[in-house]
Amino acid sequence: MERFTYLAVLLFIFVGSAWLEIALRTRVLRRWKRLLLSLAIPFTLFVIWDIWAIATGHWSIDPDRTVGIKMGGIIPIEELIFFVVVPLASILSLEAVRAVKGWPLGDEAPATAPASGADEDTR
Amino acid sequence: MTYTQIGIAVVVAAIVADVFILRTRLVTRKGFWVSYAIVLFFQLLTNGVLTRLQVFRYSDSMIVGSQPDAGTPPFIGNGRIAYQPFEDLLMGFSLCLLTCALWIFWGRRGVQRTPMSGPPIWRTWAAQRRARTVASSSSVDSSGGTATTGTPSTDPGGSGHGQPPA
Repeated sequence: MERFTYLAVLLFIFVGSAWLEIALRTRVLRRWKRLLLSLAIPFTLFVIWDIWAIATGHWSIDPDRTVGIKMGGIIPIEELIFFVVVPLASILSLEAVRAVKGWPLGDEAPATAPASGADEDTR
Repeated sequence: MTYTQIGIAVVVAAIVADVFILRTRLVTRKGFWVSYAIVLFFQLLTNGVLTRLQVFRYSDSMIVGSQPDAGTPPFIGNGRIAYQPFEDLLMGFSLCLLTCALWIFWGRRGVQRTPMSGPPIWRTWAAQRRARTVASSSSVDSSGGTATTGTPSTDPGGSGHGQPPA
């Protein structure tokens, strides 16, 4: 069971944030196109950093506490899941705060004349 | 470069991306900082578990603190906060800010700007209870009229932002 340690923590992060989608109507998973666009760049950059850091010995990941699937022989699959689950939790948290408090975040529809190039969710 | 130096550089890069490249300026928004506080709490908790169990081990020469040869790292001290090197907090902040800034960036560009988040389901339940009370007492109350749609338009609690009128 020890080898599921990291995976279990990732599951906790996912479950611990995904309930906001239902309870607070964050509508993040539902807006999956915008979500994927938002995750792509951080995922790529941080995975490259991670691969480089593992390869050069900045840090290492315990083989006994991961399931043992490594991408390219270097990066445990848990790390790839991490860079999806954690950014997702960040966005869910951001939208959860907005759902409860109503503070603007800068992407609200223009109140008066439509801004150039801005449109509703048809793209 | 050490993890410390890269961590600081990445924080600066994330702020530059937010303020100057994406122009989302989330670092000026109260909503972002409150949500980051929540993210930080859970990072200290979950990453604390992983670093205490030494699922992650760090090279002594790459962090301010050091990696114990045996036993657990200290809860606080030796460059660590909740068992994790403080450098991990730099990485966590950058990841959170960059992702959230991109989310807002795409929303501003009109990619699935709507449906907006909220209101929390308990506000809908409360509004429905009010509506039933109003209906059963057969009095005319405009505030209960639209409540069952889940988007009360004049809610002093602030849920009226949830969904712009179609």
